[in-house]
Amino acid sequence: MSTALPPRPARRRSAKRAAGRTGQYLALVCYLVFLGFPLLWLLSTAFKSPQELGSVDPTWLPVHPTLENFRSALDQQPLVRSALNSLIVASVAAVVSVTVAVPAAYVMVRFRSMVTKVGTGWILVSQMFPFVLIIIPLFLVLKNVHLIDSLPGLIIVYVVWNLPFALWMLQGYVKAVPASLEEAAAMDGASRLRALRSVVLPLLMPGLVATLMFSFVTAWNEFFFALVLLKSPEKQTMSVILTHFLGAEGAADLGPLAAASVLATVPSLLFFAFLQRRLVGGMMSGAVKG
Amino acid sequence: MRAGLAARPSRGAGTPPPRTAAARRRVLGLDKDGWFLLLPALVPILVLSVGPLLYGLSLAFTNAQSGAVHGTSLTGLENFANLRLDSLFWESFKIGLIWAVSVTALQFLMSLGLALLLNQNLRMRWLARTLALVPWAMPEVVIGIMWRLVYNSDAGILNSTLRHLHLISTNIDWLSDLSLALPAVIVVGVWAGMPQTTVVLLAGLQNVPLELHEAAAIDGAGTWRRFMTVTWPTLKPVVFSITALNFIWNFNSFGLVYVLTNGGPGGATRLPMLFAYDEAFRYGQFGYAAAMGFVMIAVIAVLLTVFLRNRLKEDDQ
Repeated sequence: MSTALPPRPARRRSAKRAAGRTGQYLALVCYLVFLGFPLLWLLSTAFKSPQELGSVDPTWLPVHPTLENFRSALDQQPLVRSALNSLIVASVAAVVSVTVAVPAAYVMVRFRSMVTKVGTGWILVSQMFPFVLIIIPLFLVLKNVHLIDSLPGLIIVYVVWNLPFALWMLQGYVKAVPASLEEAAAMDGASRLRALRSVVLPLLMPGLVATLMFSFVTAWNEFFFALVLLKSPEKQTMSVILTHFLGAEGAADLGPLAAASVLATVPSLLFFAFLQRRLVGGMMSGAVKG
Repeated sequence: MRAGLAARPSRGAGTPPPRTAAARRRVLGLDKDGWFLLLPALVPILVLSVGPLLYGLSLAFTNAQSGAVHGTSLTGLENFANLRLDSLFWESFKIGLIWAVSVTALQFLMSLGLALLLNQNLRMRWLARTLALVPWAMPEVVIGIMWRLVYNSDAGILNSTLRHLHLISTNIDWLSDLSLALPAVIVVGVWAGMPQTTVVLLAGLQNVPLELHEAAAIDGAGTWRRFMTVTWPTLKPVVFSITALNFIWNFNSFGLVYVLTNGGPGGATRLPMLFAYDEAFRYGQFGYAAAMGFVMIAVIAVLLTVFLRNRLKEDDQ
C-alpha cells in the first residue's frame, strides 16, 4: 500500500490532480479492506447457523441469520458480569492516571531540571518492563495484602501501568502549545498555575481526551495482568473470560466464540464512539483555526 | 492550587524563568509550583513501579518459587548461568526481535500513509476515520480470536477467498505451519497496532501549520518537498515517541499471540513473554522467570540508550 502525500498545489494541471485524487481514494479503499475484512468476517460468523458454520465453502454473509450463537455464549460464560468488571476497572484507572499525569507532563516539558530529565528517562525505562518482571513482585506483594483476585488490586496495577504512558503522550501535546502564549498570560499578571489552567489546559483538551481514550482502551484491552491476578470467574474481566471459549487445542465452538467476541467489543465501542466525537471535534476546531 | 496562587500572585510563566529571588529558591531546578504539580505522579511511580521493579530484579538472584516448601534463598548468578545455556530461551528471544522489528516498521509505514490520507479533504473521510479506529477499541483477545476465525483452515475466509481466486488449490493451516505461523501472526500485530499509531500521527498532523504549507506551495514546492520541509519537522517528535514505544510494546507483547497460537507450532511464535509466563505461572519458577525479564530489559536498554540520548539532546535544544 502506497504512502499518500498531501494534494498537489492548485497551479498543477487538473488532469494530474484528478489522477492524484483517484490514487488517494484507491489507497483509502485498500486500507478499509485490510481493516474491515476481518471485522466483517467476525460479525458474519457470529450470526451464522451451525449448518452454515460447518459448510465446506463458507459464504461471506450468513444466509439464515440467527441469534442462537449469542444465546449459547451467554449460557456458557458469565459475560455480563465480566463486562461490568472490565468497565469499572478501565474507567477508574483511566481517569485517575490522566488526572495525575496532566500537571506532571506540563512540568516535565516546561521546567529544565535534573528531576524532569530523570523523569523523562524513567518513562522510557518503565515502558521497557517486560511485564513478567513487574508482575511477579506485584503478585507476591498483592498476595500479602490480600488484593489478589480483586478488582481494586487490578485497578492499582493499571493506574501505575498507565501513568508513564499517559505522561509520554501528554508531553507531546504540551510541547505543541507555544510557551509564548503563557508568557503573554504572565504579562497580564497570571501566575504559572493560573496560566496552566486557563491557557494551556483548554488548548490541551484534544490531547487530553486522546490520552484518556488511550488509557481506557488499553486498560479495557489488557489481558496479561488480568490473567495472572484474577482467578475466580465472577471477578474476571472480559478478556480473560473470552479465553474460556477457546477450549483445548483449537477445539473451539466457532459460533459462540464469535458471538461472545462481538459482545465483548460492544461496550468499549460505545464508550469509544462517545469520546471520539470530542476528539474529532477538537481536531476540527484546530483545523478550522488554521 | 489556591496556596500556590497566593504565594506568588504575579510570577511569570514562560521559559526561560526570570532570575528573581523566587527562582533561586528552586530545589533540583524545580520551584514550589513545579513540585506541587509533579508529586501526584511521582509518588505512585516511585512506590508502585520503582519498588516492584527493584524487587523483581532482586528475585532474579534467588530460587523463588510459588508454593516453595523451604522458602526462598539467594543463589547468586545461578539463574543466569542456566539461562545462558537455555537454547529455547534464546530461540524465543530471536523470534521476539524479528516480530518486534517487522511489526513496528510495518505499523509505522502504513499508519503514516493512512494518517496522511485521513488528513486530506476526502469524501467519506468521516466514515473512513471511524472505521479505521474500530480495531483500536477491540480487546486484543478479540482481535486474536477474530484472526483465528479468518485463518481457520476449513471454515476461514482467507482460504476460501484464495481458493476462489485460484491462488491456492488446497487449504492452508496458516497458524499451524512452521514457516507461515510467524508471518501470519505479524500481520495480526500490524493490524492491531495500526489505529493507535494512526491517531497519534493524525494528531501530530493537526499541529502542522497550514499557512507554512500554503506559503511553500506558493513558492513552488512540490508535494514531496513540502512534506519534507513543513510536515516532517513538526511530526518528527511524535514519530520518534510512537515508534520507540511501539517497538518496546511489541517486543513485550503477550495476549495477541497467546490467543492466536500460544507460542506454537513447535515454539515458532513463542515470544519471550510467553516463555517467561509459562516459566513463572505454569511451572512456578519465579526466580528463573525474573532472570529472563532481567535479560530482556538489559538487551532492550542497550538498544534504546541511543534513542534516549537523542531524545534528551532534542530536549536540550
